[in-house]
Amino acid sequence: MARPDIPGRLAGEPDPHLYLSGVTVSFDGFRALNALSLIIEKGELRTIIGPNGAGKTTMMDVITGKTRPDEGEVFFAGEHDLTQLDEAGIANLGIGRKFQRPTVFENLTVYENLELAVKTARGTFATLKGRLTGEMRDTIERLFDTIGLAARRHEQAGALSHGQKQWLEIGMLLGQDAQLLLLDEPVAGMTDHETAATAELILRLAKERTLVVVEHDMEFVRSLGAKVTVLHEGSVLAEGNIDQVQANQRVVEVYLGR
Amino acid sequence: MRDHPTYPLLTPRGWLVFALVGLVLLAVPAANQWAATGSAAHLPDYLVPLIGKYCTYAMLALALDLIWGYAGILSLGHGAFFALGGYCMGMYMMRQIGTRGVYGNADLPDFMVFLNWKELPWYWQGFDMFWFAALMALVVPGILAFVVGWLTFRSRVTGVYLSIITQAMTFALLLAFFRNNMGFGGNNGLTDFKEILGFPIQAQTTRVGLYVASVIGLGLTFLICRAVVTSKLGRVCLALRDAESRVRFLGYSTTGAKLFVFTLSAVLAGLAGALYVPQVGIINPSEFSPANSIEIAIWVAVGGRGTLSGAVLGAFAVNWAKTWLTGAAPEVWLFFLGLLFVAVTLLFPKGVTGLVQQVRNRLATRAIPRQAEGD
Ligand SMILES: Nc1ncnc2c1ncn2[C@@H]1O[C@H](COP(=O)(O)OP(=O)(O)OP(=O)(O)O)[C@@H](O)[C@H]1O
Ligand SMILES: [Mg+2]
Repeated sequence: MARPDIPGRLAGEPDPHLYLSGVTVSFDGFRALNALSLIIEKGELRTIIGPNGAGKTTMMDVITGKTRPDEGEVFFAGEHDLTQLDEAGIANLGIGRKFQRPTVFENLTVYENLELAVKTARGTFATLKGRLTGEMRDTIERLFDTIGLAARRHEQAGALSHGQKQWLEIGMLLGQDAQLLLLDEPVAGMTDHETAATAELILRLAKERTLVVVEHDMEFVRSLGAKVTVLHEGSVLAEGNIDQVQANQRVVEVYLGR
Repeated sequence: MRDHPTYPLLTPRGWLVFALVGLVLLAVPAANQWAATGSAAHLPDYLVPLIGKYCTYAMLALALDLIWGYAGILSLGHGAFFALGGYCMGMYMMRQIGTRGVYGNADLPDFMVFLNWKELPWYWQGFDMFWFAALMALVVPGILAFVVGWLTFRSRVTGVYLSIITQAMTFALLLAFFRNNMGFGGNNGLTDFKEILGFPIQAQTTRVGLYVASVIGLGLTFLICRAVVTSKLGRVCLALRDAESRVRFLGYSTTGAKLFVFTLSAVLAGLAGALYVPQVGIINPSEFSPANSIEIAIWVAVGGRGTLSGAVLGAFAVNWAKTWLTGAAPEVWLFFLGLLFVAVTLLFPKGVTGLVQQVRNRLATRAIPRQAEGD
């Protein structure tokens, strides 16, 4: 696999955790992503904002193998060419994704949702023989400690509130031991209290993982205190801390001012 | 609070019901063979192959429920897997006829002599051996399902498109098996069997033997299906029915899971077909007719898809009604079937099993305030 030649990077410097260069995705001629380039370092917490249709979700689709880019490079940890792998292969590299609309297995219990997520051999026959080991049970209990919901473990996930489903989904990404977490609008539909709790959770997770968080809620983005990237019409419009971005004339025009 | 779920093959109550149903089914030939003729306990001869046939239908319903009820893939081609299993067993029994055919040819079945064929085609080789035919009854449907599944699941064909493809598959086989030069007896199919494993096929004791084999086959199929649905793979199937992309983003190959369940399901359908043909004494291309496959889906829907006992129940109930109605008022049957289908989809989408559950829940919720009053 050819390593990407990253401009401006010195020899011996560690590879970025995620590297996108010149990524273009068109739907019937419409460019959802337009030569998008983005570098996320290992251990970084990055927030991404941008108006509706800016291409934020499409970017996640490209990283996770759901959508193949027409052009451009996408590398994980400097060595995995993500444009050559399918969704399952990418997930097994340690990339986890929370969908914009919370997606859990509604007809399985909360516990079973986590059971399926916990990292184990993923082959069909391994799954057929898969047993709930003591080690897996410990992992699941630790996940409950992180996301709460322990009291509702035997309830169907479909019965959870919107916010609780978001947490369960984040818990599933942690169970799968993802090192790069992509969270698409994690606080959409949450109460203020839940939003604050989620911000706290994300900050805790950011200590040992790389996180990319897409959000519209500026209050929430500010509370994360991380570097902000503004997407617009499929490419990066601005980058910087929240104050710089909010002061940027172009950003105000296309996004914040509306 | 740190409790975790367990997934027994069957609960103690489940085993009890399993054993009871098994006993009741096995009582049928006992009451036929040993109860004095004319006594109330005596069951007429015809009931043995009839209920034996229902058992094979129930196996078929279980096979479909596995792929439809659990993995959410509505195959409308399961009749084809059943028929292929049946043809394999039919070929064995054709070879058993030997020189007792009309033409007395030891090497060729009658229809081949009639077509002026000089030697047995290559694909008939080996079918004079029971073990080979029995193996093929499982392998042939399995391979077909694997190939069709591989082509469709891999290109992410789902939902109604998959149903249509499986209908087309069974229709194509129907047309192919109608052709005389396919070498499967054309529209007459395979029939006039004399014996199976050396036992005369018409003898009531042979029929009892086949019946018992069907009951065992049904029990075995049920347990195999239970083993799958209580496994982690079973939960992956339920999960991909809910949110397939989420399963993929967790790192599972949904193609692999679907392919496994679809192939296993076809193998079980083939087993059912192999047990069916000796009991009804004929297999012909009409078994491939697309309507047959749709009927299987109706059995499962009536019983309650996604519950294995429901599939068995549905197969018995609908087929019993069919036997009774086609005897009493044959012109009504198709209307009845249509009505049943509409009723199940609109009024009780979870079938009889769901209906029972609903009634039970309602009784339970009514019982709670009564208890509260007593406090
Ligand atoms: N499969 C598709 N086919 C056609 N157009 C698509 C497809 N997926 C996305 N698009 C279009 O691409 C553009 C970018 O969509 P995307 O979902 O990435 O935006 P977003 O930044 O996530 O917006 P939002 O904030 O509303 O979630 C939109 O105009 C959308 O309509
Ligand atoms: Mg989006």
